[in-house]
Amino acid sequence: MFSAFGDRNKTELRMRKLKAQIIDDAGFDRTVTRLAHEILERNKGAASIVIVGIRTRGEFIARRIAKTIEQVENVTLPIGSLDITLYRDDLLGKLEQPQLKGTDILFDLTGKDVILIDDVLYTGRTIRAALDELIDLGRPRTIQLAVLVDRGHRQLPIRADYVGKNIPTMASESIRVHVREVDGEDAVLLMHPEEDD
Amino acid sequence: MPLQSRHLLGLEGMRRDDIQLILDTAVSFREVLDRPIKKVPPLQGKTIANLFFENSTRTRLSFELAERRLSADVLGFAATGSSVSKGETLKDTARNIEAMKVDMVVMRHSASGAPHYLSRVIDANVINAGDGTHEHPTQGLLDMFTIRERLGRLEGLHVCIVGDIAHSRVARSNIFGLLTMGAKVSVCGPATMIPREIERLGVAVHHHIDDVLPHVHALNVLRIQLERDAGRLFPGTREYHLQYGITRARLEKAGREITILHPGPINRDVEISADVADAEQSVILQQVLNGVAIRMAVLYLLSTRN
Repeated sequence: MFSAFGDRNKTELRMRKLKAQIIDDAGFDRTVTRLAHEILERNKGAASIVIVGIRTRGEFIARRIAKTIEQVENVTLPIGSLDITLYRDDLLGKLEQPQLKGTDILFDLTGKDVILIDDVLYTGRTIRAALDELIDLGRPRTIQLAVLVDRGHRQLPIRADYVGKNIPTMASESIRVHVREVDGEDAVLLMHPEEDD
Repeated sequence: MPLQSRHLLGLEGMRRDDIQLILDTAVSFREVLDRPIKKVPPLQGKTIANLFFENSTRTRLSFELAERRLSADVLGFAATGSSVSKGETLKDTARNIEAMKVDMVVMRHSASGAPHYLSRVIDANVINAGDGTHEHPTQGLLDMFTIRERLGRLEGLHVCIVGDIAHSRVARSNIFGLLTMGAKVSVCGPATMIPREIERLGVAVHHHIDDVLPHVHALNVLRIQLERDAGRLFPGTREYHLQYGITRARLEKAGREITILHPGPINRDVEISADVADAEQSVILQQVLNGVAIRMAVLYLLSTRN
């Protein structure tokens, strides 16, 4: 079944062929660096910024962006991760039970500018869930969304404030983001539609 | 991998992976309980009936809180003053409640096996909240969760259960769960309170608490049913306290830090002395908090299992 929550969980088990590598190792670093600078420029520094990554891949991209900001501004940023599973809108009807990985935000969000970070923006449903969860955790001054890839096909009125790369896709294709910490390499890959067996 | 069964009836025979999954999932819900808004939406639109045919305060409150914190709708039911006192059978009571489109039933009953029977006659998921002298699986799970939280593991630990083992569903659920998770389990109490042939479950039996204390990592101290058992299973509360009461002096003689659990409610200075109950090594109040997280995990895993 097609999942609006991204391609990772189920379809990664099935075979898809690589169509194109969109971002390579060096490009990945440059994109992260640019996103970090855009965030700093828009917020006029890092004073009120906190960083929240959506598990799993968003968490690692969040750490990279935070590290760059910390180096440029010579500050230490509060950084947390969000597991949106309990806030999904398809939880009671899914074929596979998603495993809880836990939300880990050990600081107060109230009055802060929360930079919410994910790897791929697609239907917008993950972000809707993340917004609901963040607001249950506190009352941020702003929530700003940064994504590595925007692949289109939104099903909800949601947009990103910072986009690493816009990649026009067909809904049947998939985008796969690899990060060094999990996959051993940094890359963004466009995959062909699933093949029928 | 989802849970093997769509009901939680007991820990006997439950797979190690299933226990592990429940304990790991409860870690996430434990975090939810520290939030300013202690409520998450995964069971929105689900209805859960709590059928307590036997008195209970803390287990019922703990389940209710867990259900509400998962955003489920909750139906309460107490046997006193209900149709049960008018002679309705368990099956009819349950069927009537199920006719109101209930998704899950949490049941406590004085008859061992009552939830097993219920799971065969209704479609809802059934969770055993204590059946007779048989099992109390969520208590066993929360005890394991609390020991693991405190000591970092279960495998290879020695846990001793002290008290009336024969009449205790808490003891049975602890024994089954802990053995499955690779812990060593012993039981200790007067001969009148230890079931015959309990060794066959794989537990060691002790009648002198001071013999076993130097070897244990955690003690699960059971409540003595004063109102029922004094003068019948043991001579009196003072005698019990002298022989089996967990006291500061006893623990100091054992020469090691022992984690103290108690399912509550405690009889101070009977099975446990007041200073031990309030000591840092006692995790009794953590058990209460962890109980909500464990019940949230069980409800969540059963209802999203499909």
